Amino acid sequence: MNKIVSNTFFPHGHLLGIEGLLAGEISSLLDLSESHVEQNRQANKKRPLLQGRTVINLFFESSTRTRTSFELACKRLGADVINMSVSTSAIKKGETLLDTAMTLNAMHPDVLVVRHPHSGAVKLLSEKVACSVINAGDGSHEHPTQALLDALTIRRRKKRLQGLRVAICGDVLHSRVARSNIHLLNTMGANVCVVAPVTLLPIDIERLGVEIFHDMAQGLKGCDIVMMLRLQRERMNGNFIPSLREYFRFFGLDAEKLASAKPDALIMHPGPMNRGVEIDSEVADDIARSVIHEQVEMGVAVRMACLETVIQAAETKGKAAP
Amino acid sequence: MTAKKNRTAYVNARLLDPASGLDAKGALLTEGGEILDLGPKLFADGVPDGIERIDCQGHCLAPGLIDARVQLREPGYEHKETMTTASLAAASGGVTTMLCLPNTDPVIDGVALVELVKRRALDAGLINVHPYAALTQGLGGEQITEMGLLAEAGAVAFTDGIATVANAMTFRRALDYARTFDLLIVQHPEDPALANGGVMNEGELATRLGLAGIPTAAETILVERDLRLLELTGGRYHAAHLSTADAIEAVRRAKKKGLNVTCETAPPYFALNETAVGDYRTFAKLSPPLRDETDREAVIEGLKDGTIDLIASDHAPHDQDSKRLPFVQAENGIVGLETLLPLTLELVHNGSLPLLRALEAVTVAPARVFRLAGGVLAKGKPADLVLFDLEKPWKIDVERFRSKSKNSPFDGRPVQGVVLRTVAAGQPAFVQE
Repeated sequence: MNKIVSNTFFPHGHLLGIEGLLAGEISSLLDLSESHVEQNRQANKKRPLLQGRTVINLFFESSTRTRTSFELACKRLGADVINMSVSTSAIKKGETLLDTAMTLNAMHPDVLVVRHPHSGAVKLLSEKVACSVINAGDGSHEHPTQALLDALTIRRRKKRLQGLRVAICGDVLHSRVARSNIHLLNTMGANVCVVAPVTLLPIDIERLGVEIFHDMAQGLKGCDIVMMLRLQRERMNGNFIPSLREYFRFFGLDAEKLASAKPDALIMHPGPMNRGVEIDSEVADDIARSVIHEQVEMGVAVRMACLETVIQAAETKGKAAP
Repeated sequence: MTAKKNRTAYVNARLLDPASGLDAKGALLTEGGEILDLGPKLFADGVPDGIERIDCQGHCLAPGLIDARVQLREPGYEHKETMTTASLAAASGGVTTMLCLPNTDPVIDGVALVELVKRRALDAGLINVHPYAALTQGLGGEQITEMGLLAEAGAVAFTDGIATVANAMTFRRALDYARTFDLLIVQHPEDPALANGGVMNEGELATRLGLAGIPTAAETILVERDLRLLELTGGRYHAAHLSTADAIEAVRRAKKKGLNVTCETAPPYFALNETAVGDYRTFAKLSPPLRDETDREAVIEGLKDGTIDLIASDHAPHDQDSKRLPFVQAENGIVGLETLLPLTLELVHNGSLPLLRALEAVTVAPARVFRLAGGVLAKGKPADLVLFDLEKPWKIDVERFRSKSKNSPFDGRPVQGVVLRTVAAGQPAFVQE
């Protein structure tokens, strides 16, 4: 079992975003992820499919759960993994993004997992390196593995994505999670709406195929999934909302607002949560409805599948090359 | 207590309702705080026993005036005006609803302060009062206020009062945020940098007087900018006290485009021009300043064609010490609650506006813009009424003002139209002796 099974479902050498992926590609990634879920619950979690491969986690923005999740995914697949964060990297010393990329590239890693505060930075880097690149979040653009793990969580609970009504609520403007989820859910045939104050919605968001609401009770009506977003307070220096208490009053998810959704609606949050800002602890900790911890669990399985898939695609391509 | 206990019949009236176009002899019946019935045939056979009967003697019975722009001075400047003196002034002027600006001390920018103003209005108990809340915290022009919570507490709209929100990004965000809750934003449109230091209209007269001028462009630029932002964001925007032909033209074009814009003017801008400040008359010092004759005529034109939706008094009480100063140092503004109706009726008597259109501008138009219940004569609507003698001539006399402040450039002006009785929520708020 320590050899990658050759497959053809995912021809891409990188995973930079959800936009542009086909429904079949997404389904196959989810199927592969599913196969890792049980393994991750065993005492022996190791499945050395990526033995001998090297993965570098390159994080230009702080992260706990995503970086740890990728690191665990690598280790469970038997790959060697190195974590580099901005505080220890040469970036601090004035090196440009591309110079950092070329330096790392010279060390022959198989995959670079990159998070960067600026939209498009991960794609730029991917154009300059010989290895595969997985986007672990770039600015307000995309966070593809988060959307995949959300989809896996929903699919396991609801047995489908097609036809579900999903409300994505809160700071959509700054959210890469929202954008990746909108692309994925639309591709898979779900109905997506966004609920937020006008100031926290990017212009023309409806052109991405979502319905817009500014009222939680209306937006949540008939929803199967209520996906809360973190209010990105560190980016709140521009008058987007007047105060946290007003935000919580009108857009924080509490039992009263949740009552508009379907009785079996699931509550999701990509974390980290601001309790009392976008979500009330009463609903965040509701074990019958909240799948927030399950999302974290699915994250490892999804990242295992993504690593496996991009490496396989690259190696297939390499063999095919003259 | 019988069902008829709180019934009052206003008979022999000339019923005037701009909303429905009604102008007919007839009667009106109120019960408690509501209009129960009205029409030409009502009480044709006399008023039944148990109903209070008021003979209007053929005079005009119209919806009580809604004054959309009043500076209240309470809390903080009670030596200039209080809730009680303003309410008395309003009632004697036929005003049954006033909207008060947030530029008090403290500024009305929090839920508790909105509640304070509402409670003080209830204490005064004479007419309806709706507070505006500040658009930015402390009127600082930077941080938007908690508009959702303030609206729930009863804020009728959002404005920085006599200050302009100059920062385009702040104003854009404010429009966006207000749209979340479908709230109205009101701007005092004057580019502060361009108006800085100016004390009157820029032009020949300012040059002769040696006073720094404010160009009309200060208003036009701000209105045009705001309309661009409105086009970008959507939402509801109201430009306060327009004074210039160019700004009015900008609103006219925006309305044709279908933007959700409304605007107002105030009596001095159609009743006076800049010559009123000649000889350094600080009682005619206003913000925006009185403009030239062309602008004055454009204001009347705007009222005629409906570009200007409404007339507000722009009531700005100041004590003598704030006005009896060198022109540069004197405060801006005049009292207006008690002259709103006669000055508006001037436009009728001089043939500028039909009576119903003039009344519309001070009743149902502000009710529509601010989404208020009053401003109409109709069954089930609030019994807020004004009874006035349309023709009777008199001279404005500031010494007879109920307002605590007497700063008016209209002292001694001959006008026609006297308020005989003001009724708010079915109760007499003012009766002419």
